[in-house]
Amino acid sequence: MAIKTRMSGNEAVAHAIKQINPDVMPAFPITPSTEIPQFVASMIANGEIDTEFIPVESEHSAMSATMGASAAGARAITATSSCGLALMWEVLYVAASSRLPIVMALVNRGLTGPLNINAEHSDSMGARDSGWIQIYAENNQEVYDNFLQAHRIAEHKDVHLPVMICQDGFITSHAVENITLWEDEPIKKFVGEYEPEHYLLKEDESMAVGPYAVSNYCMEAKKAQAEAMVRAKQVILDVAKEFEEVTGQKYGFFEEYKLEDAEYAVVAIGSVCGTAKDAVDKLRAEGVKAGLLKVRVFRPFPGEEMAKALKHCKAIAIMDRSESYSGNGGPLGAELTSALYHEKVTAEVVNVMYGLSGRDVRVNDMEEVFGWLAEMAEGKRTFSQYPYLGLREA
Amino acid sequence: MRHLTEIRWHGRGGQGAKTAALLLADVAFQAGKHVQGFPEYGPERMGAPITAYDRISDSEIRVHSNIYEPDFVAVVDDTLLHSVNVTAGLKKDGAILINTQKSAVEILPLLNGYEGKVYLINAYEVSMAALGKYFPNTPMLAAMVKISEVMEIYEFLREMETSLQHKFARKPEVLDGNLKALKLALEQVVCVK
Repeated sequence: MAIKTRMSGNEAVAHAIKQINPDVMPAFPITPSTEIPQFVASMIANGEIDTEFIPVESEHSAMSATMGASAAGARAITATSSCGLALMWEVLYVAASSRLPIVMALVNRGLTGPLNINAEHSDSMGARDSGWIQIYAENNQEVYDNFLQAHRIAEHKDVHLPVMICQDGFITSHAVENITLWEDEPIKKFVGEYEPEHYLLKEDESMAVGPYAVSNYCMEAKKAQAEAMVRAKQVILDVAKEFEEVTGQKYGFFEEYKLEDAEYAVVAIGSVCGTAKDAVDKLRAEGVKAGLLKVRVFRPFPGEEMAKALKHCKAIAIMDRSESYSGNGGPLGAELTSALYHEKVTAEVVNVMYGLSGRDVRVNDMEEVFGWLAEMAEGKRTFSQYPYLGLREA
Repeated sequence: MRHLTEIRWHGRGGQGAKTAALLLADVAFQAGKHVQGFPEYGPERMGAPITAYDRISDSEIRVHSNIYEPDFVAVVDDTLLHSVNVTAGLKKDGAILINTQKSAVEILPLLNGYEGKVYLINAYEVSMAALGKYFPNTPMLAAMVKISEVMEIYEFLREMETSLQHKFARKPEVLDGNLKALKLALEQVVCVK
């Protein structure tokens, strides 16, 4: 039985946390993720869950305490955004390399500056090489469903890696929309109890977490960590399949929307994909073969799978909500273009920068991008640099 | 009834425009609609102009952008008429609702020649009469439901009563006051153009 209701993306994550009832949650407030620890603290105060909430004095401490709890053998979570994630930076790498199955709710917001509080992916994209699994959502439903699947992926014996569950700040975190919640009992059964094999508080077993490793062994540890990230791919698919059996919701590495016969494809992450779907439908009604590939899993990067799904397209726009300041485009653009090359995809490709610092993207903006693709396919348009969508003209 | 109704709220930080938008989404959901209620965030503080939005539809809402061509606009504070272009993009076959203690003669010239319908409500008078305090968002909510026709009035009152009963379980006097404010607002909102 499903419960049809309405709530914001932050409330949806809090509801997932309520159903999971994790052991420990250290957190430090930062807009736009502040509501998540706030809701959790209220649920604890109301006796709805018995999570140990640890108020800390900074995000560096939040991630350190989460790590400590996880290493001790607890199911540990935290939440943050933007500069909060940046302050965790050092510890993000330690958590991943210590192979701790932490789950973090990340409400995406741009890194400063200029100082701004709105949606951008520069926070999580900056952490893309930290060894965390990253799963993104289009709306409140997806962030709820993704959070429910996160522990199963993180704690799987083939993985043992932390997971970041991302959603767009304000656009989904603070928008009240319809959502379907799942009954407690089947969800609790699906998530299951956390039974770690090795942990610091285990009697009769001595272990160290995070010791120094000499060069003779360090590289092997890194290779083992990289292999776990590769193995996470199968686990993500298996967990999604099981989630579908419980809820009927289908998830994979990415969603293909009218992509099968598309000549022009947009590839994007997050809330803009809903807007892009409306643009696809509008163009399809006019006879234009438009399609969308919505990236759900960015780490591990399903490059080969995405390239295969896009192989038949004439022109592809890869959308980035995060500037790399490399002069060479954004992170999704760079990585997917590389994957397309390896798969020998010959489509015209353009990397588009959009939505920085919450710059609004409308259906007609997405129609404009599809228009560029049609012109590129006909040889009527080329881009010397990656374009910025909706940039204010001087 | 329209397939998709889009509403933009203008207010000042602290007046409850965001709350009114979220309440409208909430009550429309109760009436079986697909909804989206969201504020536009910036460096807002008490008294600064803020904007909030509602989408109410019979089918799934996927778009995630602000609303530029609303069917209806609600202005919670009439001093905004001097500084914010509240009728920007407002559809001609839609309407604008303004909370004011001023007359139509004073308000109409401030609407940039908007050709659609104009509704006024004195939410101050309604709120003071019903609650003894100034909370403009409850009367504005009722007036917006009436002019936008996003749901039947009896349905609106029934759902509001249920949710207010829940919210003010321990304060029955506030519950009665709020219900009175809703009903007074439904009676007192007037179309002046």
